[in-house]
Parts: sequence; C-alpha cells; structure tokens
Amino acid sequence: MHREKLFQHRILPVATIVLVIIAIWYAGAYFMNAPFQRDLDRRGNVTSTSLEFFEKTMAQPKPTLPAPHQVAQNVFENTFLRRVTSNRSLVYHAGVTLSSTVVGFTLGTLLGILIAVGIVHVRALERSLMPWIIASQMVPILAVAPMVIVVLGAINITGLLPKALISTYLSFFPVTVGMVKGLRSPELIQLDLMRTYNASGAQTFWKLRVPASIPFLFTSMKVAIAASVVGAIVGELPTGAVAGIGSKLLAGAYYSQTIDIWAALIAGSVLAALLVAIVALAGKVADRAMGSKPMGRPA
Amino acid sequence: MPLSDTSYSVVSARKLGLTFETGDGPVHALSDVDLEVRRGDFVSFIGPSGCGKTTFLRVIADLETATAGDITVNGMTPEDARKSRSYGYVFQAPALYPWRTIEKNIALPLEIMNYTAAERKERIERTLDLVNLAGFGKKYPWQLSGGMQQRASIARALAFDADLLLMDEPFGALDEIVRDHLNEQLLKLWARTQKTICFVTHSIPEAVYLSTKIVVMSPRPGRVTDVIESTLPKERPLEIRESPEFLAIAHRVREGLRAGHSYEE
Repeated sequence: MHREKLFQHRILPVATIVLVIIAIWYAGAYFMNAPFQRDLDRRGNVTSTSLEFFEKTMAQPKPTLPAPHQVAQNVFENTFLRRVTSNRSLVYHAGVTLSSTVVGFTLGTLLGILIAVGIVHVRALERSLMPWIIASQMVPILAVAPMVIVVLGAINITGLLPKALISTYLSFFPVTVGMVKGLRSPELIQLDLMRTYNASGAQTFWKLRVPASIPFLFTSMKVAIAASVVGAIVGELPTGAVAGIGSKLLAGAYYSQTIDIWAALIAGSVLAALLVAIVALAGKVADRAMGSKPMGRPA
Repeated sequence: MPLSDTSYSVVSARKLGLTFETGDGPVHALSDVDLEVRRGDFVSFIGPSGCGKTTFLRVIADLETATAGDITVNGMTPEDARKSRSYGYVFQAPALYPWRTIEKNIALPLEIMNYTAAERKERIERTLDLVNLAGFGKKYPWQLSGGMQQRASIARALAFDADLLLMDEPFGALDEIVRDHLNEQLLKLWARTQKTICFVTHSIPEAVYLSTKIVVMSPRPGRVTDVIESTLPKERPLEIRESPEFLAIAHRVREGLRAGHSYEE
C-alpha cells in the first residue's frame, strides 16, 4: 500500500512530465535541425522519404539542437567508458567543478553564518551591512567573475581558489538571509524564559538561538549549494577553459560541439542535484537527531 | 513555625503603576496597586482581559518595569530577585524547546545555573515525579498531550531552588476535565513543596479552589478592586466546590468583577 502510494504520488507525475519533455525535445530537434538537413540534401541532390529525413535530423554530428538519445549516448560514453583521469571524461570535469564548489560552499556558509550572527547581535551591522549584502547580489555574476579571476591571477592566485571565491560570493547570501531569520526565530516566550533564568547572552545564543536556527540553516544551504555549482561553472569560463564543466561548455561552444555542450549541461545538473540531495539528507538526519516529529506519522 | 517565618513578605507592592507609551497615547496597565504576598501563600489574580493581572506578574518577574510606586520581591528589587533566580515562571504556553526531550527541557535551567550532572539527574527525577511524569523524561514535547506538556513546564520551573512560583494562566488552554485534574495536583504539589505561588487566571472556580488569597482586578486602568482571604481549609477535595462556603467566596469574587467592569463597553 505504501509502495503503491509512492508510485502514484511521486513517480507517476514526475515520469509523465519527463515523457512530455522528451517528446517536445524530439519535436524541437526535428524542427530545429530540418532546415540545415534540407539544405544539405538539396546541395547533394539527395531525395529521401519523410522517415529517412527524420532519421537524418536525429543523427547530425553538430546539430542545432541535439536529440535526447544523442546527448544520452554522449553522457554515457564520457561518463562510464573513459578513464576518470582522461580529459574527455565528464567525471573528471565534474570532479574539478565539484572541488571548487565544495570549497566555495564551505567558505560561503561559514561567512554567511558569521555575518548573520553579527547582524542579529549588533543593530548597527544590520543597518550598515544589510543594504550592501542585498546590493551584492544585484551585480551580475557574469560581470564579476572575470574580474575576480583576472585580478587574483595578476597577484598569482590561480587555480581552485578564485573559482571557489565566486561560489562563496553566490552562496553566502542565502545562508545569511536564512540564518538571520533562523537566529531570530525563537518566540518571545522562549526568550522570556531565558530571561527568567538570568541566562547570559552566550547561553541564550547556544541553547536557544542556534538550535532554533538549524532547520533554517539546512534550507538555505540547499539554495547555497546549487548557487555554488553555478558559481564554480561561471568561474571556469574565463580561466582559459582548462578543466571543469564550465570549460567543457566553453570548448563545446567554441568548436560548435553542441552535443558536448548538452552533455556538459546534463553533467552539471546531475552534480547540482546530487549535492542538493546530500544537503537535504544531512538536513533530515539533523532534524531527526533534534527530535522533530516524523512526517506523516500521527502524534 | 515561628510567626516571623509565615508573615515574611515575598512580594510587597505599594502604589505600583505601569504606563505603556503607545502610538495612541499612554495606556495605564497598572495603577495604584497595593499588595502583600506572604511566604506560603497561594495568591490568585483574577479579572477580565486588560486588567493588568499578567502585567503585574511580569513586573514581579522583572519582565516588565513599573513606572510608578515601589515593589520588592524577597526583599529585593525585581531585577535583583531575577538575577538571584528567586522565582520559577510558568507561561500560558508550555514553551518547551522542541529539540530537547522532556528531561533535557527540565535540565535547561539547571545547565544555565551550573548544577552538576549528578545534581541535574537527581532533580530531573524528583520534579518529574512531583508532576506525575515519571517515565516520560525521554519523550519529546510533541509526543505528549497539552496537559502533560504544561506539567513538564511546571517541573522545569520547580527544578531549581526558587521558593516563589509565578504562573500565568498555565491551564487556560486546556479542557475543563484536564484542568480540574491539574488543579488538584497543583494543590498537592503546593502542600508538598511549601512554595509561594502567584497564579493568574480568569476562571472563578479555579481561583477560589486554589487560593488562600484572591486578588480581584479590573481594567482601564488596571487596579485591584478586592482582596479576599479564603476561609476554605487547606485540605481541598474537588467536591469542596459544591460547598456553601466555596459558593459564597465565588459569589464575592463575581460581585467584585462585576463592580469593576462595565459591560456596556
């Protein structure tokens, strides 16, 4: 009965949408690739049946829009059939992006928490810092990233750190916002209770504000890790495209390897999804450890 | 017991007033309140909403500061009394921390006041016993009913050595049957622990059943309109609420409330 519900309520709706997307994708691929194919056929004086023509639009080496199976094949080959140290392996590139994502995310989370603690405890910081923090996220990251890379490169800081800093730049913001909210989430009555005990500021912080903020932390970390992946990929674009999902995207665009671009895109999405899932799982574990009521079970 | 001991004043207020400055002008939450609470008293504060009964309790607890008159708690200013942890406060809601088990919740004040682990353990056991929650220490708050949660919050207020217990409508959100049961238990607990209790309520039977002294208050401005010394014996089965003596006191409380309150508003 439980399994039936899982199928009906979770798997079925998602699978339906996936099928719809794939159908639209195939249709799109046909219409996007048809003009070029028609042109090609005309020049080569080839006449083909509709079915043959359709098949050809699905098998171009550099299609305008690759068909799903072309992307799937590329992803499969470059994930499972290559050594992970190979420059063509998606696992290798994903690994490069992963390392700067994780470093940037860690720094961003710590920075975000630090700023939130400051804002919650010092009124002046809220007024002075908050507008800048919000403004920081209005600057287009695509404009900031090359400057960071170039400026840091000029003082001989290259490699992982500059890319990680762009992830940090994107990921500290959701953590700051979430943690400010979380640290302020204790109700008045819970704070009054601490006051009746004549608890110190540090005691109130560690015994009330911090535990109350944990659910908020994990929610904002889920947003932050996804942003970190974006930051790492954007950070890889101006580095001269050595390695990483970002470099794969850039190289694909440079050589019109559309299938490669889409494969890199899929790899990046899978990486982000995995990371979000890991954070979500950690959040669930923390939730359980803090005695929260299990979902769907009556009290 | 020596006379000086029983007559010792735990809370003493003289001409106490508290005015909140709001956007719509000043609100007189309390005005000219004179009151003595002696050691071992069970004092109920009763009145309609807005009469300042909760505010008065919060002034005792130093959660609000009076703007006029004098008040001492255990012979000190409320602030010093709070700093020397002279009272336990039970709020309208249990205010248990949901990420702590019941015993960890009771341990909270003990941790803050630096009790040793062994002492904490002993006190948790003793207070859980006192509120009839033995065996529930390892449960999380959501696993307990509302009445049990409120009992846990009472245990938490009893865990450390404060002989004054301030209770702000602790049973207001509970149904009648649970409330009767808890009232009975509270009286037993009061007899066993010899604490002084200040108890805010808006239920006349509850106030009469529990108290040695009933303070009737009225709103706008919040003031004391009557102080009734109960003539009921210390031993009070629930059936005492049918007795003529009980009904007479309840009648006087009701008269006091009516006198201080205009229903035309």
